[in-house]
Formats: sequence, structure tokens, C-alpha cells
Amino acid sequence: MKTMQPNRRLLGLLRKESLQILRDPSSIAIAFVLPAVLLLLFGYGVSLDSKGVPVGFVVMQPGAEAASFVGAFQHSTYFAPRVYRTRQAGREALRAREVTGLVVLSADFAQRLKADREAPIQVLVNGVDANSARLLEGYVQGVWAVWLQRELTARQIAIATPVAVQARIWFNPELRSRNYLVPGLLVVNMTLVGALLTAMVFAREWERGTLEALLVTPVTVNEILIGKILPYFVLGMGGMVLSVAMAVFQFGVPLRGSLWVLAVCATLFLLAALGMGLLISIVTRNQFVAGMIAILAAFLPAFLLSGFLFDIGSMPAVVGVITHIVAARYFVTIVQTLFLAGDVWAVILPNAAALALMATFFLGLSRRLLRKRIE
Amino acid sequence: MFAHLLALTIKEFLALFKDKRSRMVIIVPPLIQLLVFGYAASFDLNAVHYAVYDRDHGHASRELLARFQGSPTFVLAGQISRQDEIAALIDDRDVLLVLQVGPDFTADLTAGRTGQLQVLIDGRNSNSAQIALNDVNQIVSRFNADWIAAHGLQGAPVNLVSRAWYNPNLESRWFFVTGLVGLLTMVVTMMVTSLSVAREREQGTFDQLLVTPLHPAEILIGKAMPGLLIGVFEASLVALLAVYWFGVPFQGELWVLYLGILFFVLAAVGVGLMISSLALTLQQALLGAFLFLVPAVVLSGFATPIDNMTPAVQLLTLVDPLRYYLIILRGVFLEGAGFDRLYHQLWPLALIAAATLGTAGWLFRNRLGSH
Amino acid sequence: MSASPLSARGLCKTFRADGRAITALSDLTLTLTPGVVTGLIGPDGAGKTTFMRLAAGLLVPDAGSATVLGLDVARDPLAVQSSIGYMPQRFGLYEDLSVNENLDLYADLQGVPCAARPARYDELMAMTGLAPFRDRLAGRLSGGMKQKLGLACTLVNPPRLLLLDEPTVGVDPVSRRELWAIVYRLVSEQAMSVLLSTAYLDEAERCAEVILLHQGQVVAHGPPGQFSAPLTGRTFRVTGAPTRRRRLQATLARQPGVLDAVLQGESVRVVMAPGQRPDCTALSQTLGEPVRGDAVPPRFEDGFVTLLQGERREIPIPQVRVTPSFRGDAILVRDLSRRFGQFLAVQRVSFAVRPGEVFGLLGANGAGKTTTFRMLCGLLPPSSGEVRVAGVDLRHAAARARGRIGYMSQRFSLYANLSARQNLSFFARAYGLTGARAAARLDWALDAFDLQDLAGMESGALPLGYQQRLAMAAALMHEPDILFLDEPTSGVDPLARREFWTRINALAEGGVTVLVTTHFMEEAEYCDRLAIMAAGEILAIGTPSEIKAQAPRPDGEPESEMTMETAFIALIQARDQPE
Repeated sequence: MKTMQPNRRLLGLLRKESLQILRDPSSIAIAFVLPAVLLLLFGYGVSLDSKGVPVGFVVMQPGAEAASFVGAFQHSTYFAPRVYRTRQAGREALRAREVTGLVVLSADFAQRLKADREAPIQVLVNGVDANSARLLEGYVQGVWAVWLQRELTARQIAIATPVAVQARIWFNPELRSRNYLVPGLLVVNMTLVGALLTAMVFAREWERGTLEALLVTPVTVNEILIGKILPYFVLGMGGMVLSVAMAVFQFGVPLRGSLWVLAVCATLFLLAALGMGLLISIVTRNQFVAGMIAILAAFLPAFLLSGFLFDIGSMPAVVGVITHIVAARYFVTIVQTLFLAGDVWAVILPNAAALALMATFFLGLSRRLLRKRIE
Repeated sequence: MFAHLLALTIKEFLALFKDKRSRMVIIVPPLIQLLVFGYAASFDLNAVHYAVYDRDHGHASRELLARFQGSPTFVLAGQISRQDEIAALIDDRDVLLVLQVGPDFTADLTAGRTGQLQVLIDGRNSNSAQIALNDVNQIVSRFNADWIAAHGLQGAPVNLVSRAWYNPNLESRWFFVTGLVGLLTMVVTMMVTSLSVAREREQGTFDQLLVTPLHPAEILIGKAMPGLLIGVFEASLVALLAVYWFGVPFQGELWVLYLGILFFVLAAVGVGLMISSLALTLQQALLGAFLFLVPAVVLSGFATPIDNMTPAVQLLTLVDPLRYYLIILRGVFLEGAGFDRLYHQLWPLALIAAATLGTAGWLFRNRLGSH
Repeated sequence: MSASPLSARGLCKTFRADGRAITALSDLTLTLTPGVVTGLIGPDGAGKTTFMRLAAGLLVPDAGSATVLGLDVARDPLAVQSSIGYMPQRFGLYEDLSVNENLDLYADLQGVPCAARPARYDELMAMTGLAPFRDRLAGRLSGGMKQKLGLACTLVNPPRLLLLDEPTVGVDPVSRRELWAIVYRLVSEQAMSVLLSTAYLDEAERCAEVILLHQGQVVAHGPPGQFSAPLTGRTFRVTGAPTRRRRLQATLARQPGVLDAVLQGESVRVVMAPGQRPDCTALSQTLGEPVRGDAVPPRFEDGFVTLLQGERREIPIPQVRVTPSFRGDAILVRDLSRRFGQFLAVQRVSFAVRPGEVFGLLGANGAGKTTTFRMLCGLLPPSSGEVRVAGVDLRHAAARARGRIGYMSQRFSLYANLSARQNLSFFARAYGLTGARAAARLDWALDAFDLQDLAGMESGALPLGYQQRLAMAAALMHEPDILFLDEPTSGVDPLARREFWTRINALAEGGVTVLVTTHFMEEAEYCDRLAIMAAGEILAIGTPSEIKAQAPRPDGEPESEMTMETAFIALIQARDQPE
């Protein structure tokens, strides 16, 4: 029995929900303020690309060679070298976290270099932040190799380099971490609106008793659900447009895939997130618990288990299995590919299918569990 | 005075732990988070899938490639035989990188020339790409050294000897697990304190409390106590798990650690109470805590080094109590740093604690009358 | 005429909570008469709300069936829902939507055509008196206005059956009367059938028929007169000893054959067992003053109480003897004002409460009653003026004053997840009691308020009546001189209300000063003196009789017949429409 008239009940619900969103400062805070703060922090502040890393050099006997060696570091934007005269001073600086690494040139650095003898340069790094330490080691090694090559060439000494590595980095040749962090934030932001906000807002209706009055009208369950989903869907998509625009125009992240594919995948992801938010609120009927569960089950996994920050392949098997039930995981994969690589269907299709499956599951379960009853 | 505080503290604890929900919020999430994120949060790569396009098939290339196969980090996904297969493999994320060995590789090497190993790497996650590239470089330089030694060639005269202090194997898990100790202490302490006044307001018990002869300062201290005690307890629990479950070394002195925990928890309690005095409803308190927690974590150096941030943002981190606490935690656990070296982290923390607690007290007194 | 709008056959409903089964309805059968207002009454937990929800299709019965307008509710809830109106106890208005937007929403949901709306809205707004506030957010309306808006939303599409679940809880007498006027108009003009549950027995008395539920079953069903008729010749007004009326009431209550004794102005109204009369001779001897008893016609309330009370239960009475720690008035208020921004909530209010007095503070919703009350307890600082409580200026020694007062709020305001004992012991310590003294007070509280059996239970899970007793016990742990009660009986059933006032009377007898706010006008009769507030000012102050004397009398109504409610309404209306 389909009527061709617009569904008045649904329109009424939609209008009500939109007005409430506009009047509730916490919706605005979650939908726009927090995403904007995150985008600005990640876009401008936070980065995994080292720049101006304080590195100490212990130069016990200043000389032309030592100066030229330290100079090689000064030219790189990556380092902010500091020179120490004694081993003691250098180690103290490392201990006091004034420098994150220390390059110790032995006292007879110049002589050994000329004598072609093994002249160990000792590199000490603060290993607490293992990732940064490893990258630092790599960089120091690289600068050293280049400098040495030049030095030896100048003195016409040929040395054997059996294998040279020639790296070609695809999609993100400068290895800017912003290029993958900012699109990844899209996922976090949409999770905030889809799961956290929706869960709390719907739970509020149970708590305030507004749902009882609603349930006793001739409104159907489908209308209630669509009346909730649609406004927050628009809000979530608004957040997405904001994030994409900021990523592309503000932070210069390339968008190599097509917009419509992004829109379709974002729709699927948002539906899954909304479904999850609705399910949480239908089960808990309590704002506080719904908020906690949404943070625990949606927000934190979107941050930590989605591959946004940490490589999923390197997680232990058990944790790796868990990531499969995190919708954000699929969307992070899609987003990183769409932004940096393009419309790679072999990546997009299976991940989009997984998102569609999760959206169907969560929305379907919500539909089944939401009754026009208050038991 | 003391009897009042004791009664308030006992009441707060009873109210907190008799409620199934608050119990859940305090106990379950931290443990799940520590276990899941303790394993998940790591930048180390241990399963780099790669493909090989060997156009040489000589003994040198076999020897080099065998080293990759023998490495625990690299997982061979397959051999390819045509150039145009590479794009699909990388695009589809089947592999992170492809090693391409040129046709004259073995010939070049035996002739003493330099052979080329081309590495094509997926840069979508630039951090992973960089780490994987580093690993490739390490394997190659070890191969080079061995080749030079075996064939009596003239190698580079000076070798770099590299050593990492505090974390010789550069395990990134040590870094993240100690970070999680800080993160979880903060989350739990904030949750306990920021929701406490709002919950009483919503349940209507706050007025009942205010009409007793208890002084506002006593009520405030009563509200701070559970956060303080639970925060310290939670920090101890997570620290124990870090040492005995994740095997993170504990090099420093216990009293320095607890001094840091105390100051930090006080600072977190202060922020929590500030949010609590401002929030009128539970929802506002929850969102307020959330709005503080997320930037505080991002800016703390938990995952991304503070040194990498732009100068303006670095200035912002100076007011983030978690920043100092993380340095103290990592200092005590991994570096074995003593009071003299952590003094510069402790005093800002104490200052932040004093400021937030003072503000919370002021807000508390001044907002009592308004509702 | 037509078939019954609502009938139930053998309805059963059981809820499960914490592994315990709670039977809400057991084999309930009833048939509603069409075209009239039927009142649904009964003590807390009788199953009133459950029945309404079942009829509205929000619950499914375990057994039996409910038929609404000829449709089986369980089978076709949507069809039922489109022809009934249901207003739940807490009608969920969207507080961040305006009056008009709330109406629009329900008009959309109920399928009211757009063309019909303006006329319908105007009609409803005129009926509810909300017309000037159509753009105001629902959250900014007063309690009475919210209820009227809830009713308007329910009525936006005129239903054939209207279910109202305690629509007048926490609503002042004026708004209550307005709500009733709306309901009567609907019934007479549109032949609507109304089922209305209420805790106000005077409201039930106005219904054409009354259904009394108890333990999930119908105990009685018929016109209200049927409830009081069997009591003809058994009700008396006992007068004498006007200054010691509480003593008179307490003595009467203990006399054999007395089923019920309540204060009414300066006299006591009693219901006797069949064939008995109050023993006025004995009373005169005990009190040393002449006491006489006159037969009066029975009221509906008498019938309700005797039907439910069965045999009378001995209520433990808290024994108190307070020697005030101060001299002069217990509460002294002089030129007290409070403004919120531009809005002057309380303006230059002055009054005094003598030690040992029961003083009532009455007023319409939004009259400034609650604001005044909160300033007296020290919960809200006054903008100007002086407040002395227990002889102490609240501004200078608030903590000392707070040590002398007890406070009980409208909502249950103890820690819901602490047990009764833990709550009591916390408040004892918060008031500085320790050791043996605290233990002694704890025992006293558990005994005097009959809480021994449930002392270990979580107080949030206690039945409403117990919660109320517990809250009162907690307020009395430190033997305060003055007790502040903010609508303490809101939403509580008539029997529990009676028990509560028996205790208050005992406290007043023991020298405790009581300041109470209430919307129940019969409770106003229990007060020694009262003040009626409107628009932030005191309209009238005095004993119940004095207040009645001050009220402008409607034509031809003798003063003796005037109830507190008519006096209240007359006073407020006289102020609103000065001639």
C-alpha cells in the first residue's frame, strides 16, 4: 500500500531532528568543532616526519674533515646539529634529552680517515621512541654514506659498493605523513558524528521520555529510524565535505581518485557507523553508557585499529582478526587509496562490499530490535 | 574536618563502585585498551609483504634475495616475471614493495661493478614506507659488507657503529606501552572526576549535599579523593602489567615514578573537576572530558614526537600535563632517570596541578549559587 | 449507545527485574463507559501505568486481551494508535523545540492535514492559554504549561479515546483546574471518552466513574458516590482545643473504632467503624478542654481510604523532643529578593515562622515558591534582603545554619546506589555525628521510619513510599530544629501521604519547625499557617481559616463550605483580574 503523497510523518520527524541539531551546542561541538581541531592539529602540528631533529656531534679534535662532515648535516633540514667538545658533554646532553642522537667522532678521526683504517664513528641514539630512533639512524647513515662517497671521490679513492639501492616511492614520493594522516582523519571525524553523536542523541530520547510519546502515535518503526538516520547522515556528509575540502585545499593532499567513488564509499561507511550508533542506543537506552560504548567500540578503534596510525599487518594475529569487525578499517584503506593512488577497483570493491555488509548488518539489527514497545 | 572527609570519601567510593556502569567504566576499558592497544599500537613492521622481479637469476641475486627471505620482517608474496605486473600488485595493496633485480646484476657484481637493486614502494602510508625502506637498506648494507669481505675488495674505510641507548633492540612496543600507562591514567582519572558532580546534579543529590554543614572545600576534596586514589591505583596496575606482561624494563626509582604519578593525577583531577563544575548535565560533562582528552593525547607526544610539531603547536604542548607525564614515565621505566634529570618535568606538572585545582575550587565556589 | 471505547479481559502482565518477578496486572477485566471521564486510582504499584501502556499498545500482555474502539490492541497497535490520544506521565516534549514546533511535529505524526491546522492550533492554544507563548521553547515553560502543551499535542488530532496518565502531578491548583476544564469540554463537545489516572482524590471525585485498582486487579468500579455511600453516618468533624489540634488528632487516631483521622483547618475529620462514634468525653478529659463531634457527610476520600486500608496498620511514630538552640523566630525573612538576569523571580518577600510551627508555602508553578525555598535553605544566594534561619544570618554563618536544618526535596535525592543504611550513616557523619551517637541515631531512624527490613537494599530500588521515608529519616539524623520539605508528597499515593503527615505532625508536636511546599490543598489544611505566593510576591498569609476569610467569595457560597482549593484559586484569580 504505497501512497504517492510525501510522507508527512517522516517529514515532521526530519524537521524536528534538524531543529534539534541546530539548537544543541553539543551536536555542533561533536560534528564541527572537534573535527576542525583534529584537522588543524594533524594538518599543521602533528606529523611523523622528522624535521630539525637535535643531533649532537662530539668533535674532540676540530679539523677540516670534521667540519665538513658536520656541515653535511647542517645542510639537511632534517637535523639541527649541536657540537660538543668532549664525549662527556655529549653524553650528558643525550641523557638530558637535549639531543635525541649523538654522533661521536673519534679523536683521531681525520688521521684514520686518511689512513683508510677503520675509524669508527659511533652513533648513539635515544631508543625510547624506537620509531624515531630507527629513522634517525637511517638518516645519519645516509648522510654519512653520501659524504664519504664525496670525500673519497675527491681523493680519488675507489671503493666497492656491490649493491646500491635505488628506491622509488609511489604515490607519495616526498613521504609526507600529512598525506595519509589527513585523509585518515576523515574516518575518525565521520565516526564521531555517525556513532558517538547518534548513539547519545537517540539514547537521550529514551531517557527524557520523548520516545514514549512518539511511539504511541501512528508513526512506524521505519519512519522513526529514517527520521534519525537522515539528518545525521547529512551532518556526517557535511563533516566529510569539510574534511575533504580542508585536506585538498588547505593541506594540499592530492585527490587522485574520483569524487563520486569517495562519496559512495563515504555513504556506505556512514551508514555502517550510524547503524552502530543506533544499535548501541537501542540496546543501552542510556546516554552515559551509550557514550562510553560508542567511544570504546567506535572511536578508539577508528583511531588505533583502523590502520590510520598503526600498520594492521604487523599486529598480532588475534588483534588482526579483531580489526576485521572495525568498519573504519575498510574505509581507511579506501580513503588512502582514493586520495593517493586513484580508483584502484581491486582495493575499493572488496572494501566497499565489506562496508555495505556491515551497514546492512547494523541497520538491519537496529530495525529488528527497535519495537514500538517500551519493554 | 577529618571525619567529614572520611565520610565523603567513603560515600564517593560506595557510589562509584556499587553502580555497575561506573564499575564497568573504571575497570573494563582500561584493561581492554591496554591489552588490545598494547599489541596494536606499534610502528614496527613485522610482516612486510613483497614481491620479487628477478631478471638476473644469477647466484648473486639469489644470495641477496635469500637474505630477504630469511629476514623475519619480510614475507615473500610471490615472484613476477613481467614489468607490467608490478603496478597491479602495489595498487591493490597485495604487496608493500617490489624488489627488482636488473638483468646484469650478477655479472656486474662479479666484475666488481655496482649492481642495482630497485625498490618500488607503496608510499600511501609514508611512515610504513620509510621504515620498510630502512629495513631494506640494512639488509643490503650487511650483504655489501659480507660480499666485500668474501671477495677481498676495498670497502668503505669507516664504518658507523650504531648503538641505541635504553632500548637496544629498538622495540617500539616499549615506547607505546609506557605511553599507554600515561594515557589510561589520564582517561580513568578524568572520567571519575569530571562526571562526579554532574551525576549528583542530575540525580538531585547535590542539593542534599549542599544543605549539610559541609564546607564547599570539603565537598571538593571529597570529590577529588576517588579520582586521586583510583588514578594512582590504575597507574600502578597498568605499570605492573607493562613490566610483567609486556616485559618493559623498569630501570628507575619507584619514588620518582610515584612523585610523577601523584602530580599528574592531581593535575588530571583538577581538569576533571573544572569540567565537572562547569557541566550542568552528564552529557555535557562527558563531551567536555572528551573534548579535552583528544587534543591532550594528540599533543602529548604519545604517538608523534613533539619535536616534529610546528613551533606554535609545540608551545601549546607546554600546558598539556600528559606531555610531562609521558617523559617522566619513559624516563623512569626505560632510561632509569632519577629525580635530578626529571626535576624539569616535575615542577611544570606540579604547577599545572596547582593551577587546575585552584581554578576548579574557584569555579566550584562561584557556580554553586547559580543553579 | 456505542460499544465500549476500551475493554480488557483477563489481562496479565509480569515484569522481571533483577531476577525477581513483579506482577503488575493479574487477571484484570473491565469495560469503560463511552463518552465520560473515568478516573483510575489506586496506590503506587497498583498497575495503573501498566494498564494504560497496554491499552496504548506500548506493552504486550502476557495473557488476556485489550480491545480499544473495537480493535484488538496487541494485533493491530498502529490502527489503535491512530485513533487514540495517550499522554504518558512524563510527556516527552522536545524541550529544544518551540510550542509551535512541538505542535507541528505531532500534527505531522498524527496526520492532521495542513489546511486544518491553523484553526485547530488556535483552538488548542486558546483552550490551554498558551497562545502568547507559541514561539517559546518548551523547555522554558513552567510545569503547568508543559503539561497543557503535552495535552495539546495529544489532542492535535481529536482522538476518540484519550488516555491520561497522572496528568496533574506537580501542577498547581489553578493549572489543574484549567486542565480539567479542557478535558470536560472535550467530553461534552466531542463525546470523547477519557481514562485518567490520578493521585488527587478530589479529581477522582469529579469523574463520572472511578476504577480503583489494587495489586493489579479491579477492587471497585462505579460512580464516585458509590465509594462514599457505605460510610454515611460514620464520618464526623471533631472540634475543640484549637491550639492543640495535633494532639487532638493524634489522640483520636489511637481511639478504638477510629479508621481515619485527618486535620482539617482547626478541626479533625474522622471515619469510624460501623456503628461507632468518636468518644468525645474521653477526649475532653485528656485535653482538659471541651471537645464535640458533629456528623458530616462522607467524602470520596473516606471511601478510598477505608476500602484500601482494611485493618489499620500501626505506624511507628518518631519520638522527638527538640529544644530550640535559638531564640526568637525559627525563620525570619525580610525584603528578600532574587533576580535572574532581567527577571525578578522573588520580590521583597517578608515573613516569619515561629518555632514549632508547620508553615506552608503555596503558589502556582513559577510563582517564586521554589526560588524562595532554595534561598531559605542556603542553596541560592539572595540578590538582596535578609534571611535568618535558626537565629543565624545565612550570609555570615551559612554552615552553622545548615547544621540546624534538615532538607527533603521533591525528587528522591539520596544516593540511589547506596543502601538505606549507608545513606543514613553518610548523612549522620556529614552532620558531624560520630561513634556511639551516630550508631544510636541510625537505630532510631531505622526503627522510627520502619526501615529495618529493607536497610540493606539499594535505596534506588526501594518502593516510592520507602524512599520517601528514608529521605525524611536522613533529614532528621542530626535532630534539626527546622525541617524544609519541598513538595515532599508529589506523586505519592493518598495512603502514603497520610502516613507521611502523621509523622510530620508528631515532629511538630515534638517542637520541630516545619516549612513545607505543596500542591495538595488538603495538605495546606494541615499547616498552622501558610503563605500563598504569586508572581514573586506574597499574596496572603495566615492560618488556613484566615486565608479562606481573605479570599473573595464566589456568589452565594458560605464560608464554611469553602475549601482551601477554592480559596487559593479565588485569591490568584482576583490578583490576575483586578476589578
